[in-house]
Amino acid sequence: MTRSPILTARPVGRHALLVELSDAGGTAAFHAEVLRRRAAGTLPPVEEVVPGARTVLLDGVGDPEALARGLAEWQVPPAADDDGEVVEIPVRYDGPDLAEVAALWGVAPEEVAALHTAHAYRVAFCGFAPGFGYLTGLPEELHVPRRATPRTRVPAGAVALAGPYSAVYPRATPGGWQLIGTMPDPGPLWDPGRERAALLAPGTRVRFVVADAGPAAVAA
Amino acid sequence: MTAELTVVRAGALTTVQDAGRRGYAHLGVPHSGALDTPAMGLANRLLGNDLGAAVLETTLTGCALRPDRAVTVVVGGAHCSVTVDGRPAAWGLPVRVPAGAVLDVGAATAGVRSYVAVAGGVAVEPVLGSRSTDLLSGLGPEPLRDGMVVPVGTPAPPVPVPVAAPWPGPPAELVLPVRLGPRADWFPPGALRTLTSATYRVSPHSNRIGLRTEGPALERASAGELPSEGMVLGAVQVPPDGRPVIFLHDHPTTGGYPVVAVVAERALAAAAQASVGTPVRFTLG
Repeated sequence: MTRSPILTARPVGRHALLVELSDAGGTAAFHAEVLRRRAAGTLPPVEEVVPGARTVLLDGVGDPEALARGLAEWQVPPAADDDGEVVEIPVRYDGPDLAEVAALWGVAPEEVAALHTAHAYRVAFCGFAPGFGYLTGLPEELHVPRRATPRTRVPAGAVALAGPYSAVYPRATPGGWQLIGTMPDPGPLWDPGRERAALLAPGTRVRFVVADAGPAAVAA
Repeated sequence: MTAELTVVRAGALTTVQDAGRRGYAHLGVPHSGALDTPAMGLANRLLGNDLGAAVLETTLTGCALRPDRAVTVVVGGAHCSVTVDGRPAAWGLPVRVPAGAVLDVGAATAGVRSYVAVAGGVAVEPVLGSRSTDLLSGLGPEPLRDGMVVPVGTPAPPVPVPVAAPWPGPPAELVLPVRLGPRADWFPPGALRTLTSATYRVSPHSNRIGLRTEGPALERASAGELPSEGMVLGAVQVPPDGRPVIFLHDHPTTGGYPVVAVVAERALAAAAQASVGTPVRFTLG
């Protein structure tokens, strides 16, 4: 039996529960288990399932205390590395912070693409703007700090790094992340008229590919 | 043919609001929707609309509209004068506005947000199941501008009109019942005593995202950063300046400041109508 990643479950007001997990991997595993139970109809009705960095918020719950007690019985298998589809994000590695990131990584700027595309990513959670996914998967030695001074405008499609996360800006906003590249056509990232509004929804697996060599972003 | 309303005077901030977007918080989409939900519901009920039909939400200065064919409206929520072509009309009850006449919703005399419901509902295109304007992320229709045209849906058959409707007045003092939040342990006992005993005031920096307060700063037990986590409506978040912010309907779906307490949802309608400077008290329970 695997050890449960659930650390605590704290009530948030009368209708929500914040489940705290051991780490990012445990959070992905618990989030996947919540969605499995929801799809199977074995989860009490929940209006919103909102993953965070190390938490999953269950909001719009009839009886949070009962749900919290039930969590003790949950078996939470580790998140599989090969579940579901993989979204490919083509990237031109031409960001204004490419040289700075290369320096932080101790490599030449032209090596950043190879390092960034070498890893498998997963959308841990969304926030900041609709369709803005925080992607985990970058190994710790490649984590970089935010910029000391945020930019007043980061263009849509900017591929960016901050702390343990990679992201692609779905639209132009202010932002403090390090910009390493550009997704040539960011349109698919967010389209509220589409059945699947966000390309990078929590749990989605992601691969970055060098734009010239790879196909366009695919939403299956 | 259904009616259209031409915006003669948009006012300081007038938005389309309904019951909001549910089920998309995991994509970073705020709930949005009318801040004073009971006021929206009552205005709609008086017209035979669904309780969550889209309405217009004004901010302090009202708005003025001219329908191209006769419509029935209810103006409720914050108290204000209501006129049709300059002649006084009822506040809080159905009013017939003839084709081409100007409905003027005056500045709030008490409260902050008036609601203009129209028989048939405001019929802009929904986005993710809601017609609400979301000021945080820009979803839904833009705020009203002078000259804009607002479509109206097909009215339901009229309902019997009551002699009076139970509109609550705005709060002289905003009393917010709270439960301790998921990060109350980030604060020393003294800070929690301050939260539940001090009098705060509504800050002028309040908006649809959050009701900001002025008053004693809440100290944290420890510094450090909270990894981003999901936020609920009514969360009392404490940013680095220590002044509690109560999350309203356009609040961000995730955040990194600790939530010290959570306000009961039933109290948020009064929060939406509490004008700048109104005393605010947090009570446990």
